[in-house]
Amino acid sequence: MALASEKGWGRAVVVALPYLWLLALFLAPFLIVFKISLSQDVVAQPPYAPLLDLSAGWQGITDFLSQLSFANYWYVLDFSNEFLQAYGSSLIIAAISTLLLLAAGYPIAYGMARAPRSLQPTLLMLVILPFWTSFLIRVYAWIGILSPEGLLNQALMGLGVIDSPLEILNTDLAVYIGIVYSYLPFMVLPLYSALEKMDMTLLEAAEDLGCPPWKAFWTITFPLSLPGVAAGALLCFIPAVGEFVIPDLLGGSDTLMIGKSLWTEFTVNRSWTVSSAVAVLLLLVLVVPIVIYQNIQQRELEAGR
Amino acid sequence: MRRGLTWFNVSSIALGFAFLYIPILLLVIYSFNDSRLVTVWGGFSTRWYWALLENEQLLDAAWVTLRVAFVSACVATVLGTMAALALTRYGRFFGRTLFSGMIYAPLVMPEVITGLSLLLLFVAVDFDRGFWTVTLAHITFTMCFVAVVVQSRLVTFDTTLVEAALDLGSPPLKTFFTITLPLILPAVISGFMLAFTLSLDDLVIASFTTGPGATTLPMRIYSQVRLGVTPEINAVCTILIAIVTVVVIAASIVTKRAESQRQAEERAAMKG
Amino acid sequence: MASEKTRKETIGAVRRSFAPWTDPTKTPLIRFENVVKRFGDFTAINDVSLDIYEREFFALLGPSGCGKTTLMRMLAGFDEPTTGRVTLAGQDLAGVPPYRRPVNMMFQSYALFPHMNVADNIAFGLKQDKMPKADIDARVEEMLKLVKLTPFAKRKPHQLSGGQRQRVALARSLAKRPKVLLLDEPLGALDKKLREETQFELMDLQMELGMTFLIVTHDQEEAMTVADRIAVMNNGVLVQVATPAEIYEQPATRYVADFIGDVNLIACKVRSCQGDQAVLVTPITSSPIHVTQQVEAATGDEAWVAIRPEKLRITLDQPPDITENCFEGTIWDIGYLGDLSIYHVELPCGTRIKVSQPNLSRMVQRPISWDDKVWVTFAPHAGVVLTR
Repeated sequence: MALASEKGWGRAVVVALPYLWLLALFLAPFLIVFKISLSQDVVAQPPYAPLLDLSAGWQGITDFLSQLSFANYWYVLDFSNEFLQAYGSSLIIAAISTLLLLAAGYPIAYGMARAPRSLQPTLLMLVILPFWTSFLIRVYAWIGILSPEGLLNQALMGLGVIDSPLEILNTDLAVYIGIVYSYLPFMVLPLYSALEKMDMTLLEAAEDLGCPPWKAFWTITFPLSLPGVAAGALLCFIPAVGEFVIPDLLGGSDTLMIGKSLWTEFTVNRSWTVSSAVAVLLLLVLVVPIVIYQNIQQRELEAGR
Repeated sequence: MRRGLTWFNVSSIALGFAFLYIPILLLVIYSFNDSRLVTVWGGFSTRWYWALLENEQLLDAAWVTLRVAFVSACVATVLGTMAALALTRYGRFFGRTLFSGMIYAPLVMPEVITGLSLLLLFVAVDFDRGFWTVTLAHITFTMCFVAVVVQSRLVTFDTTLVEAALDLGSPPLKTFFTITLPLILPAVISGFMLAFTLSLDDLVIASFTTGPGATTLPMRIYSQVRLGVTPEINAVCTILIAIVTVVVIAASIVTKRAESQRQAEERAAMKG
Repeated sequence: MASEKTRKETIGAVRRSFAPWTDPTKTPLIRFENVVKRFGDFTAINDVSLDIYEREFFALLGPSGCGKTTLMRMLAGFDEPTTGRVTLAGQDLAGVPPYRRPVNMMFQSYALFPHMNVADNIAFGLKQDKMPKADIDARVEEMLKLVKLTPFAKRKPHQLSGGQRQRVALARSLAKRPKVLLLDEPLGALDKKLREETQFELMDLQMELGMTFLIVTHDQEEAMTVADRIAVMNNGVLVQVATPAEIYEQPATRYVADFIGDVNLIACKVRSCQGDQAVLVTPITSSPIHVTQQVEAATGDEAWVAIRPEKLRITLDQPPDITENCFEGTIWDIGYLGDLSIYHVELPCGTRIKVSQPNLSRMVQRPISWDDKVWVTFAPHAGVVLTR
């Protein structure tokens, strides 16, 4: 509820400070990225051209505009440069990972929501706890497990299940494991909060009206948890598309993901203009899911009041 | 379908938690391994922890990381709380949709994009890269997490409390510090902790925006991990895990105590 | 208990003669002048003018969403009128923030600060005035005594029962001795019995402190009990402003008649109006309706006669005079409430009217039963003719 009385400079400061901060350090950088994606690489400081020369007046601006080009985009969209494949495989890997996360996260969230009330805070904390420990550490932990001489292979060979070590590290499988592992809390938490606030008497009503439990799950519980499913799926899918650390540490040299391509383009090829174009296109791909996610978040918060 | 632990619920929770915790547990166990080979158990030893004390680079990086995390978490908490207030208390204002968009987008924005765009900004305005650029970058993305945490508390905040304070003669700013802030403090503190750990944890954005002399711990760990698994890194990770675990568990016990005491008092009041 | 008796007698004397709104020499304490409040497209308050006098206990009564709370919040300073003026003791309140207004409000939710104990809650407003600490302590002590909560001074709000919280909220809003105390549905959260007790406590408190109280409520019984005058609101408009007895016995419109208490509304046509005698006809009964009332209407105009159920008499035998104010029908339904019984009588045309009769004797078997043929009659001064 808006307080009509809280007008004046106090209100202005509270709105303006974070607003201006985000305009300067979140929105403005995107405009710069967009501008640089239309520029050319040069050996200079900064390593791109043209630069906007405002001291030259209108002439400076028109010169600047005439030198911008979409060349970097054609480069990125050229099939032989493997960026398109990277976009595609990122989307596929993120989508499959999201489905795996949903399959793994739903039973956990469901079990937590149905656990005795007194146990729930502890369970919730246990899900959140790994999230507080370093992401990098959690990915790193899997290297020791999945490597050919790693603990998983040792265990399997010790049990006599396999004779020679499985190649898991540096494959797409390892990337899937890494994403599912790292993002699991992000999937479980929204699912849990959707399932937890569900009125249990709805299920009793369904049973009372002659609906068997398994059917009640699909006709009552699951549809009501859909906002949680959507929030969890987007919360995992969007960052996973641009994931860099996991494919870099767990994936193989043939694992194509756009986050890794961008990083390589930037640090190895040192092309700021091409990496900017890659970033702009990635943002275009993600803009729809990001907007949907925002709407879900907004609705969730408004419903909370 | 009643509340309670059916075999299905128990096993899904158990499997889920096993999946979440076994890798971390193995990492911790192998940090006490005497052998340099991380996958062969060579007996119990704390030698890798002692070795850490001599690793100047790692200690320097840890110090930089802590400073960045502390400064950025402090600023992010202030800005994030303001943003949350702006979104929940002030109704419609010019550009509100853009504002809420800029709060939610960084939560899911791939780090490579955020990192690259901030770097290009710092280059464009010719800002010397180092401690402060990393800190500014961290403030920007962590303040959004603070805003969301504080906002979720503020939407359930009874605004008539603020009205009551104003009605009794307390001006708005004073009302914020005597009424609103004490009541949303738990959310503000968890926002701070979240900002602090996110900053502590960040590799990608820091790598883009850093400069000479401002190598953070995740960057140091990352460059060593790329060369392979070493027991020393296991030891660093174990220390970090231990710190986080102790802080989070302590915080949750404190809030749980306060909550259960409150409930007991409320029950007593209902009877009396 | 002699002093208690004298106090009661003086209060009685004051109450008996208190009617500043009839005295043209008195200036009102609070004035709403042509106040309009819009929220976007929605008009919450539509051109309201209202005067409230010092020491008055004034009630704003209406269904939820009628604008009564908005009107009160404009006085407290949480909402500003879109057009029009609100003045307090001659001062225009436009632009004065709530923390500079000499009015205090008791909130429906009580809005007790959960992180402060009872004494600190009561002292909160006093501390804002930079009052010396000793004075604050003395005032808090006095307030705690007033609401009988002295032993609970160090308790936190969540350690109190609902009734105790209500009294803390009252003490807190009274502590600053405001010019006007605003009460927003103050008793809504209490159970019926406690609510009735507290209503009388509030009235005594208001007399004792000599303050002006403005109460917002949707409970008509509450408004009738506590208030000197009631303003009935509907859809952002004041429908009638009058004393409780006037509102009940002489409602201005059908809306008021229907909103306050139970009523039979009979659609009629005016046959004749002469002096203070009006005669009307209605298709639901053959006998004309005679009302002792000055009515401004011409023959043939549409009008309604409102009759309260308790002002109707019901008999099994035919009354001696059936030439006017008489219905014949059968008992459709009976509601036995203990102190009285409510009879629904169906007339030959299908219309049903409600009659209530006090149960004066201890009889388990009532003489009137389902499907009995009955006669319903009423006196010429029982009904009210309404043209709106």
